[in-house]
Amino acid sequence: MSQPHDKTPVTDSSHALPAAGESSAGHAHHASEKPHPTWKQYKWVALILTLITVIEVWVYYIPSFVASRLFVPSLLIMSAIKFAIVVMFYMHLRYDHKLFKVLFTGPLIIAITSLIALMFLFGQVAVRLS
Amino acid sequence: MHYTTTGLDNRKIAIWAFIGSECMLFMSLISTYLIYKGKSIVGPYPHDSWTDPMTGRVFHGILDIPVTSASTFVLLMSSLTMVLALAAVQNRHVPKHSFGDRLLGSSKTWLFTTALLGAVFLGFQAFEFTAFVNEGLTIRTNLFGSTFFTLTGFHGAHVSAGVLWLLTLLAIDFKRGLQPSDEMAVDLCALYWHFVDVIWIAIFTLIYLIR
Repeated sequence: MSQPHDKTPVTDSSHALPAAGESSAGHAHHASEKPHPTWKQYKWVALILTLITVIEVWVYYIPSFVASRLFVPSLLIMSAIKFAIVVMFYMHLRYDHKLFKVLFTGPLIIAITSLIALMFLFGQVAVRLS
Repeated sequence: MHYTTTGLDNRKIAIWAFIGSECMLFMSLISTYLIYKGKSIVGPYPHDSWTDPMTGRVFHGILDIPVTSASTFVLLMSSLTMVLALAAVQNRHVPKHSFGDRLLGSSKTWLFTTALLGAVFLGFQAFEFTAFVNEGLTIRTNLFGSTFFTLTGFHGAHVSAGVLWLLTLLAIDFKRGLQPSDEMAVDLCALYWHFVDVIWIAIFTLIYLIR
């Protein structure tokens, strides 16, 4: 029978940003964990998020684009990319334990599915059956 | 240490479960906004102009995209300063030789900056709410007002809680200094803060930009 407390604790605490040549000493790394982003990567993430936000606002002020069919899908895609980047890199979900991914993506999928279903039932894309 | 049979810290499991449940809360608020979108009988409206037949007063689209874009940028930058605060706690014992290294490697600097950016975001929200009320839009005016103030008000309340959490950590840091053993406490706060940012990313697109 397995002893629960014999398991090696997983420290999800390896988020340190060691500069080149430094190590985040004192922080054990679980075998399944990937190395976390560096300071340089965080700067790139911030830059990409800012650029996407600038593009979102820019397209909002182009009347011909707003009138086109591409407007809403492009904004939704850009927003989804920003959402995913923050969750994967800033919240470290890309590097963390699978259980955390399940705890987050499970409710998120339920929420998005409910949103889509409600939009079809009552929203602007409601299906009228009469 | 609070490790479970999964080998994971139970506080971190709890915060992820909490964040998952918060996703469902905010999605229900966003759903309500989207369902009632365009169904207000009287103005003001978010993007379109409207003339009050009783007074003849003309209302323009009420959402102020430049101001909200600025507040969105502020919140995005606060996520960057939050990861730097966490990194500063983890690297507390790495020697820092210059004043610049000490300043940029200080958790106090980044926790304070994150809390300040959060407060600036709340200031933008207070400015926006005040402008809307002056324009004649309150939570009781129409369906847009009810759903908009409920959704953004809930988000603002979450940001306020995050700022208080950050200030608590900052007070601990000033009192006894945050140690590498405290990094889980900072990590939990960071996860909550990034979640608040992520929700705003969705709100900014769905409520402010999509007409």
